[in-house]
This record gives sequence, structure tokens and C-alpha cells, in this order.
Amino acid sequence: MKNQSVEVNFIMEGMRRRKRRWLFVTTLLVILAGVLCCAMLLLGNTIYPIHIVVRSLLGEEISGANFAVNTIRLPRMLAGVFAGFAFGVAGYVFQTMLRNPLANPNILGITSGSSVAAVFCITVLHSSNSVISIAAVIGGLLTVIAMYLLARGGAFSIGRIIIIGIGIQAMLDAVISFLLLKSAQQDIAGAIRWLGGSLNGSKMSELPPLILVVLLFTPVIIIFGKQLSILELGEQMASSLGVSTDRMRIILIVSSVFMIAIATATTGPIAFVSFLAGPIANRLVGVSSSNILPAGLVGVNLVLFADLIGQFAFEYRFPVGVITGLLGAPYLIYLLIRMNRKGEL
Amino acid sequence: MGNTHSFRADKLFSGYDNKTIIQGIDLEIPKNKISVIIGANGCGKSTLLKTVAKLIKPSEGDVTLDGKAINKYPPKQLARILGILPQSPVVPEGITVADLVGRGRFPHQSLFSGWSKKDYEAVEEAMEFMNITEFANHDIDELSGGQRQRVWIAMALAQQTDILLLDEPTTFLDITYQVEILDLLTSLNRKYGTTIVMVLHDINLSARYADYIFALHKGELVAEGKPSDVITTDLVKSIFDLNCVVIQDPISDTPLVIPKGRYHVKS
Repeated sequence: MKNQSVEVNFIMEGMRRRKRRWLFVTTLLVILAGVLCCAMLLLGNTIYPIHIVVRSLLGEEISGANFAVNTIRLPRMLAGVFAGFAFGVAGYVFQTMLRNPLANPNILGITSGSSVAAVFCITVLHSSNSVISIAAVIGGLLTVIAMYLLARGGAFSIGRIIIIGIGIQAMLDAVISFLLLKSAQQDIAGAIRWLGGSLNGSKMSELPPLILVVLLFTPVIIIFGKQLSILELGEQMASSLGVSTDRMRIILIVSSVFMIAIATATTGPIAFVSFLAGPIANRLVGVSSSNILPAGLVGVNLVLFADLIGQFAFEYRFPVGVITGLLGAPYLIYLLIRMNRKGEL
Repeated sequence: MGNTHSFRADKLFSGYDNKTIIQGIDLEIPKNKISVIIGANGCGKSTLLKTVAKLIKPSEGDVTLDGKAINKYPPKQLARILGILPQSPVVPEGITVADLVGRGRFPHQSLFSGWSKKDYEAVEEAMEFMNITEFANHDIDELSGGQRQRVWIAMALAQQTDILLLDEPTTFLDITYQVEILDLLTSLNRKYGTTIVMVLHDINLSARYADYIFALHKGELVAEGKPSDVITTDLVKSIFDLNCVVIQDPISDTPLVIPKGRYHVKS
């Protein structure tokens, strides 16, 4: 009996140690994100000291600082935080549910679906921002539905979903090129800037839908985090453990698509964030429990960090999507090489 | 463990994509016994197991647990009575043994509850039973095939169900580990009275470890009963299309099938 309790402790100790690591890393990610947020507010053409920034944010009239901090830097920072979080969480959900790092909204064409809708709104309809957001969500959802229907047939197959998703992405990207070629000269610049993924020119008035969707769907996804970790064990195992797999997949996919589509509508598709955040979070935290929150936080850190680099590291200012693209592309190649070696492709 | 569930299938038809494989099977799973489904490749053993496990929806007929159709149970409640170990479960990359076994506790946990003392005890007991406690904090990738299979069974044990279904739990394992797994399942059955139903490939190990045999041929149940009553030269000929001699297993006194091919037959 004594021996047995020693073993309970041994197992429990290991599980608790992993839980502590989760907490520790998550806290660190929050702190790091806080630091990057401060940097986003303090840095710029004029570097304001922190007390000026705080007073300006609190509504005090300070000429110069008011415009730079409240109108330019704060919306830019908030757009980065919420879009980064949305990309990170949605990417993690897809990668975990489909058990493949390649299976994320970028590569499956869901982001492209939102982009087609948004570019159509920008270049053809000249719509307002709120219409662009709604169109992006509808575009993303339609892409998922199309993918699901095309990949159907007998049992749910992940390989089929991924291949069809890649096909859909290629097709949608062709549609985007077509729209750009057909559109008037003066609209192209706006569309291209948006397609590159950028926090430039984020306005406070554009942010409420993004913030609302993130605050609404993140709790839903976190509540079903346990189910997500069970889905990761495969269709049959999940079903055997009492998860209603079809219903759970729909809840998780719809929530993630809302987040990713609204984020895409607001900042443009910031390359590779949804693809990188999950694997980085898993590497940092370990995979003992669901890493939804850490993945979102990694997304925030990636976007803010890349935006700061893009703004200040070079003579010329690059949009955030260029920097995340530079970070993400080598990882994609590394992943493909590794999966190929392990025979997972 | 009180284990008096009646578990049966009536006039069951099922298959994939409009192709009916199981052609009207009635069966009652013997309580507290180890039952083994045998048959040739493609006869529908796995399909039958998956259908009674609710992994495939039958096109006709019912699977009932305690008189109630299994698809009428709330999924988690069913998962506390009926556990299934599919043939090739997916290992999440980088997960530790204890965490994987711990996921077997899912049907016992509510939406918001954390880990209770009972959960930890169930995990510990399952790991102890399957002899994998020493690997608790190891990465699954570090384990051998036989050890991994013990981890999966431990996960099913942590689920603490009265009925456990296993789809070819010994496939791809060396003979040593096949015997080890079957011994462990027998201990489980003897210690807790767990009703076990499994699909096995090896007819001789089936004959030795089964209390009850279901013999399938082309989607129909052609024989059932104790191995010594069911496994005969005629049955092997009819379901496997194999000539053989059936002798008594010198170790267990159960039937032992000695195949007769075209060569190496003494005159």
C-alpha cells in the first residue's frame, strides 16, 4: 500500500511539473507581450517617455503625443495583439484537430477564401470596412464548407482534407490575381497593401469587430480544449472516449474560422503566423494539455515583434507580413524536410 | 466491479459506403468473459467490432446495451461503460505516457472540472496493471511497439469501463509481446470481471485465450461457442479454406490448428 502511494506521487508529480511549466511559460509569454506592447506605444518617429504615453492614453491633451500615441500607435498595437492572438489560436486548433502542422488556415486556403472576398469588396464594390469584415468571414466559412463537402466520402480523412485544401488555395489565389488584374489602377495599391498583411494605418474604428470576435470565441475554444486534445487521438479513439466528434469539429472549426477571417479582414493575411504559433507554443510548453492560450500568445508576440522589426530594423519600413513571411518560409521548408524523412508526407 | 451489462446485437447489417459487409448478425456478448471474433481477411470481423462499438453506424438492426440502443446513450455515459481500443490510434507528437493514459479519464470529467484524486488513482492503477509506471514521464516516441500497446491498453483501463473492445491488439507485435498482452487482458478479466471482446488474427492464440468464439464468414456468423466446441477441421476448412488437423494444445488443452499445405506433408 505504501509502495502504491509512492507511485501515485511519482505520476502526479510528473503531471504537476508539466502543469507548472505550462503556467510558467504562459506567464512569460504574457510578460513578453506586455513588453512588446509598451515598445509599440513608446517607439516611433518620436520616442515618447513612458509617463507621457500613459498621460496621453488617459486622455490628457498633449500636442503631438496625442496624435502619435492615441491615433497611430495604439490602434496599431491593438490590431497586432488581437489579430496575432486570433491567428495563433485558429492555427493551433486546425493543426491539432487535423493532427498535421501543414493543416492550418494559411495552407488550406481558408485565409485565401477570406482574401478573395475582401479583395473583391475592395476593388470591385469599394465597400466599407464592416462589409469587408463580413465578406471575409463568409468567404472563409464558404471555403471550409466547400473543402468539407469535397473531402467527404465515407470516413473523415485528414489527408484528403489537406490535399483538397491546398488545391482550393491555389485556385483562390488565382482568383485574387485575376481580380487584381481586372481592377482599376487606383484600387490595386490598397488591395496589395492589404494582401501583404500590414498593421499600417490601423484605425480605432476598425477594431471593434475583431476584438468582439476574439473575446467571444476564445472562451468557447478554451472550454472545448479538452475535447480538442481528445480529437487529436484520432477519430475512432475520440469517439470511443465519448466525444461527439462531428459536432465538436463543427464548433471548433466555425469558431476558428470566425477568428481568422475577422483578423484577416482587419490586418490582411499576416503570413505564416497561424502556421508558426502552434508548433512554437508546443515546443515551449510541451504537449501535456491543450496549448490554446500559449499559441494565441505566441501569435501576439510574433506579430508585434515582426512589426517592430519591420518598422525599425531597416532603412525602409516593411509591413509585418513581409517579416513573418521571412520567418515562416524557412520553417515550412524545415517541416517539409522533416516530415519527408519521417515518411509522414 | 459490478458487471452485469447485457450487450447484444440484433439483425445487424453494416458496412462502408453502401457496401454491406455484415449480413444480418445476431449475437449476445457473454458477460464477464473473453470473447474473440475470428475469420478470414475481409470477412467483416473488424467491421462487426466497430459496429458494436458505435464507430460505424449500422444500416439496419440495433446494438443494445442493457436494453437500450447504444446511439441513444449520451456519448460520455456510454464511454464510462464501453471502452474501445481501435487498431491504429494516433499518438500526438511529444506526449508523455502518463498524459496519454490520463486522457482515458475524459469521460469521467465534466466540462470545467480539474483532475480529482480519483483520476490520478485510476491512471496510477492502470499504469501499474500494465507495468508501465516506470515510463510515466517518458515520451511515447521512446517506447517499443509492445510497450506502446501496453500504454494504449492502460489508457483504455483508466477509462474504467466494464466492457472493453479491442481491434487486433496484438497485430505487428512479436510473439513474446502477443502473449504478454493476452496474459494482461486475461488478468484484467479475472481481476475485475471486465467483459472483453477482441478481434484476433492468430487462431491458435484465439483458441487458447478465448472463453467464447464468434466465427465469421462473409459477413455472417457461422459458429459460436467454446473454442473446444467451435474450432474443428470442418470450420477451419469452411471459413479459411484451409485443410488442417486439429489437435489438443499440449499447454492448455485447447484446440490447436495444424495447417496442411501442399508441401511438407509426410506420406
